[in-house]
Amino acid sequence: MKTSAANTMFWLVKREFWEHRGGFFWAPVITGGIFVLLNIMGIITGEVMGSRNGINLSFGGGQNTMHLLTKALDQKSMDTVGAGLDMVMYSSTMIMGIVLGFVVFFYCLGALYDDRRDRSILFWKSLPISDTSTVLSKVIAATVVAPFITVIVGALTGLLMLLTFAIALSLHGVSVWHLLGLSHPLRVISTMVGSIPLYLLWALPSVGWLLLCSAWARSKPFLWAVVLPVAAGVAIGWFNLLGTLNVSNNWYWRHIAARILGSVFPGGWFSEVGGIGGQDLAEIAASVSLPRAYTVLASPNLWIGVAAAVVMLTGAIWFRRWRDDS
Amino acid sequence: MSAVISANGLTKRYKTTLALDNASFQIERGRIVGLIGPNGAGKTTALKAILGLTDFSGALNVLGFDPRKQRDMLMGEVCFIADVAVLPRWIRVREVVDFVAHVHPRFDRSKCEAFLARTKLQPGQRVRQMSKGMVVQLHLALVMAIDASLLILDEPTLGLDILYRKQFYQSLLEDYFDENKTIIVTTHQVEEVEHILTDLMFIRDGKIVLDADMDAIGERFIEVMVNADNAEAARALKPLDEHQVFGKSIFLFDGVGRAQLEALGEIRRPSISDLFVATMKGTYA
Repeated sequence: MKTSAANTMFWLVKREFWEHRGGFFWAPVITGGIFVLLNIMGIITGEVMGSRNGINLSFGGGQNTMHLLTKALDQKSMDTVGAGLDMVMYSSTMIMGIVLGFVVFFYCLGALYDDRRDRSILFWKSLPISDTSTVLSKVIAATVVAPFITVIVGALTGLLMLLTFAIALSLHGVSVWHLLGLSHPLRVISTMVGSIPLYLLWALPSVGWLLLCSAWARSKPFLWAVVLPVAAGVAIGWFNLLGTLNVSNNWYWRHIAARILGSVFPGGWFSEVGGIGGQDLAEIAASVSLPRAYTVLASPNLWIGVAAAVVMLTGAIWFRRWRDDS
Repeated sequence: MSAVISANGLTKRYKTTLALDNASFQIERGRIVGLIGPNGAGKTTALKAILGLTDFSGALNVLGFDPRKQRDMLMGEVCFIADVAVLPRWIRVREVVDFVAHVHPRFDRSKCEAFLARTKLQPGQRVRQMSKGMVVQLHLALVMAIDASLLILDEPTLGLDILYRKQFYQSLLEDYFDENKTIIVTTHQVEEVEHILTDLMFIRDGKIVLDADMDAIGERFIEVMVNADNAEAARALKPLDEHQVFGKSIFLFDGVGRAQLEALGEIRRPSISDLFVATMKGTYA
């Protein structure tokens, strides 16, 4: 069979997915499922409590039609309703993003270590695949495949959430299909998909550091990966206390420790562009928009991280090639 | 003419021990070479050097490549089975066949499937659900479907029962080996490989102490069963080894004339294990 470099890379990445189907696919699916389930339970609780206490949440009673309700909303509040619905869609993906961070963190730690421990590296190394391709396939799996699956599952969960709210509200006579028209599901989904390249660039220093530890450690890569930066931070703090060193603690923890350990969690780049937030929902929704997020490309911190990642990945490839302990 | 491997002055030092001590050897195309040595003699290190899995000093050429610098290209033409159970435990039969089929340019999928059809392996079965013997069957099916020039086997049958072991070597000989291929095998179960080997290498403390083809070994080494009255005469010829069986002495000679020995008693060809034991005397002392 013909094998090109791209084809080999495709199968290497596919191999990663086979091995880590649980983390890459089932983790977001289960998270999303639980999230939807909890929301449905919440809605049902609300309905039951509401009817038991005789509270009628109906909007549509009498002549008070949805049409009039919408009419009553001025432009500003309509934006707020739309933004609120968008936030409902974002919320499920945000939770999955946290799960993604943990999955990618532990995936990277094990990626170049587990097969050395169980000696299956001897099988992988018996195939005509360069160590560079092997390491790069793991970078792609961590920074492209895993977030992509999370975004897809997140978007589907978000749509399911919108639908759930729509059905719940329609029980009260509100023609929510119209209300849903105020939300922007396509914009939300494209914002999430569009953030994947940012995730790749932002997560690289963490992925690089974790893969380096994974390729280098003879045992307990987790301990090395976490203890080294923490110990360095403590040492810096101590020297600062003695007044013999002029490195700011704060600077170290934020620009080194957090970047090499925590950048696998999506959204960290907002710390470079002024954070997420605003006076109302509409402003919050706007603060996560792509044009704003992409201004982080102008931040040297991002590119310094990428450069550091290239160095660490080169180290990981070197260790993958020459570490001789199986 | 066509040396598949030529090694000159291979030396590898681990922290405290010398795993390879200036070892030099050549392996020709179309041979089945047994690399035999006691535990810790440097067999695996030698194989690792050939496969480019470890650094070393000295000159080594494998199929025209330097394993240190051209490992990726080399692995297109070399296969190896290092020990049983190095297949990843999570992988399924169908996945591993798919994977190798798409990344190995010399893999013949139909051949592999034909080998698998002769086993009980199921496409959806995971390696962790298999017995050791089945893992080796799977690995062997993958390797035999690859048209490689050099196959390296490091203790391929360790821990398998006799049925799997016999079947393993039989498949290799019948369905895989031909004059264009070369096989290097290390094992402790010498009796099982001795009839398939064409060449024998003994390694001890990182040095090659014996390197000869099987015909030459048959001529060089002779075992003689000697009656007590001839024992002194036999000892005078400096045997490698002597032991007693049923009141007779059995001597093992290296390079003593056949006619001369026939005069002393009944001669026969020594088994590789006898030869091995005699050569390695005192290794662990």
